Amino acid sequence: MHAQWNDRESLVHPSSAPDYIREEQLRSLQLQRLRAITRHAYENQALFRERMDETGVSPDDIQTLEDIRKLPFTQKTDLRDTYPYGLFAVPMNEVVRLHASSGTTGKPIVVAYTNEDIEVWKEVMVRSFACAGLHSGDIIQNAYGYGLFTGGLGAHYGAEALGATVIPISGGNSERQIMVMRDFGTTAICATPSYFLHLIEYAEKMGIKWEDLPLRAGIFGAEPWTDEMRKYIEEKTGIKALDIYGLSEIIGPGVGMACEQQEGLHIFEDHFMIEIVDPVTDEAMPDGEEGELIITTLSKKAMPVMRYRTHDITSIIAEKCGCGRTIRRINRIARRSDDMFIIRGVNVFPSQVEAALLKVEETLPHYQIVLTRDGGMDQMEVQVEVTANVFTDTVRGVEAVHKQLSDAIAHILGIRVKLKLVEPNTIERSMGKAKRVIDNRQND
Amino acid sequence: MKLKQLSVFLENKPGRLRELCALLADNNINMITISLADTEQFGILRLIVSDCEAAKNILEEKGFVAKITEVIAVEVNDEPGGLRDVLQVEEAAGISVEYMYAFTIKSGENAVLLFRFDDMDKAVDALQSTGFKVLDSVALFQRTDG
Ligand SMILES: [Zn+2]
Repeated sequence: MHAQWNDRESLVHPSSAPDYIREEQLRSLQLQRLRAITRHAYENQALFRERMDETGVSPDDIQTLEDIRKLPFTQKTDLRDTYPYGLFAVPMNEVVRLHASSGTTGKPIVVAYTNEDIEVWKEVMVRSFACAGLHSGDIIQNAYGYGLFTGGLGAHYGAEALGATVIPISGGNSERQIMVMRDFGTTAICATPSYFLHLIEYAEKMGIKWEDLPLRAGIFGAEPWTDEMRKYIEEKTGIKALDIYGLSEIIGPGVGMACEQQEGLHIFEDHFMIEIVDPVTDEAMPDGEEGELIITTLSKKAMPVMRYRTHDITSIIAEKCGCGRTIRRINRIARRSDDMFIIRGVNVFPSQVEAALLKVEETLPHYQIVLTRDGGMDQMEVQVEVTANVFTDTVRGVEAVHKQLSDAIAHILGIRVKLKLVEPNTIERSMGKAKRVIDNRQND
Repeated sequence: MKLKQLSVFLENKPGRLRELCALLADNNINMITISLADTEQFGILRLIVSDCEAAKNILEEKGFVAKITEVIAVEVNDEPGGLRDVLQVEEAAGISVEYMYAFTIKSGENAVLLFRFDDMDKAVDALQSTGFKVLDSVALFQRTDG
């Protein structure tokens, strides 16, 4: 059968077909894959088998999609404790690639891919780029770090498979990034949102005007960011800033992606099964209600991860998306349950501070939260860089800015915290994931 | 008849003012006068320099937030009552002072008062019509050079 020129499928990359699959078909595909992966993990992962046996659950008990709740959770610590190869479920000669996450809090974790896994990863990345409206002919500047981090190679292979032109520039060297963006005619860039903010500043310094560049989309991920930040980037540059979601533990980037409607992120459900649970009671949450995102890899052979606790807080959007994709969406992940800290009895997430700061006009979103402990009490100071836009030369003027920012934070958090205006460039710029919270509580 | 002034945001941290002064000196920017408005949280440094634009560029390159603003320079005899007379004129014209500072010209007995008023144009008119000597940059630099 030949596709008509005006068929929906013919307008998007063929890999995107599963995005439009009928709901019943999708659920039965999921069930079939869930049963197969449960069996594969049971037979080849000692840790998973032990836990199943402990609770007396067998792979045959998976009869419906809801039965996934009978399976044990996987924690990040499980991946660390089995370092390096303890969770691999295929012989080493079938593993074609390893990636690892940096071990900021102890041992790193190692993840593995078979050839087939790499193909799946490529496919979900193609579908991600297609969500962003990219296609063959686009020039994609990949500023994610290449190396053990999954971002660089994940986006690279996906962009090639899409048929786009990839510029494998990796992270860092901001002046060259801007120069390449201009001279090579980059139409889309992959980066962490905080690094792109840094590039915005840099371009301004170099006297580059965004409207002169062909750049039209940014695929931003690898760290939580807010919708306020998205609007800021879009207003400043005129590009579409799209959120991509992924975790090394699951596959890397490409678990989910915002489409051009920009209302949440589509999850590639035929490969990743999602649940939302109450992070404390583990109870399943209904659609639309916030909780911790749990992901099960439905296709991954080298290292299946069953019911992974992401610590990412979000909710499922059950309504159909205007773009026509039938795979469900989750809301933007702006916070993680383990990012939270408690100040004077109030739960605080860094993203709340970011949202508050960006509500105050013309403030550049370069901020940092410093936590200290004073007499057993946790203290929080927000440091915000002053810019020429907000600097007036009277004490009263600067104090008004200070008050505006401080009020905006107090309004969102419900408590008043210390706020300090600092000189430009005093907050460290990151080439990858931004360090928003400096925790000095242990050192006091 | 307004004078260009450079205003710089300073965080309260040791050595920052010294760095700034060294930076200007290294670039042959002559400081005519300087004033620091200091609060617990931050400071605003106000400078009258030989080349405002150049100084601004140098400072911005080194990461300072700097802004060119305007002040009015009034020359008075360096004797009691000089400031009071100016304030009386402005008060009568319904203008208020946002901030002020002063310095003495090295060659003579005259003082220069620098003002930021809420209505700068009206302030110049009021001063000139009552016979005050309002200095522009040329006049000010002539007096400070010798
Ligand atoms: Zn959509």
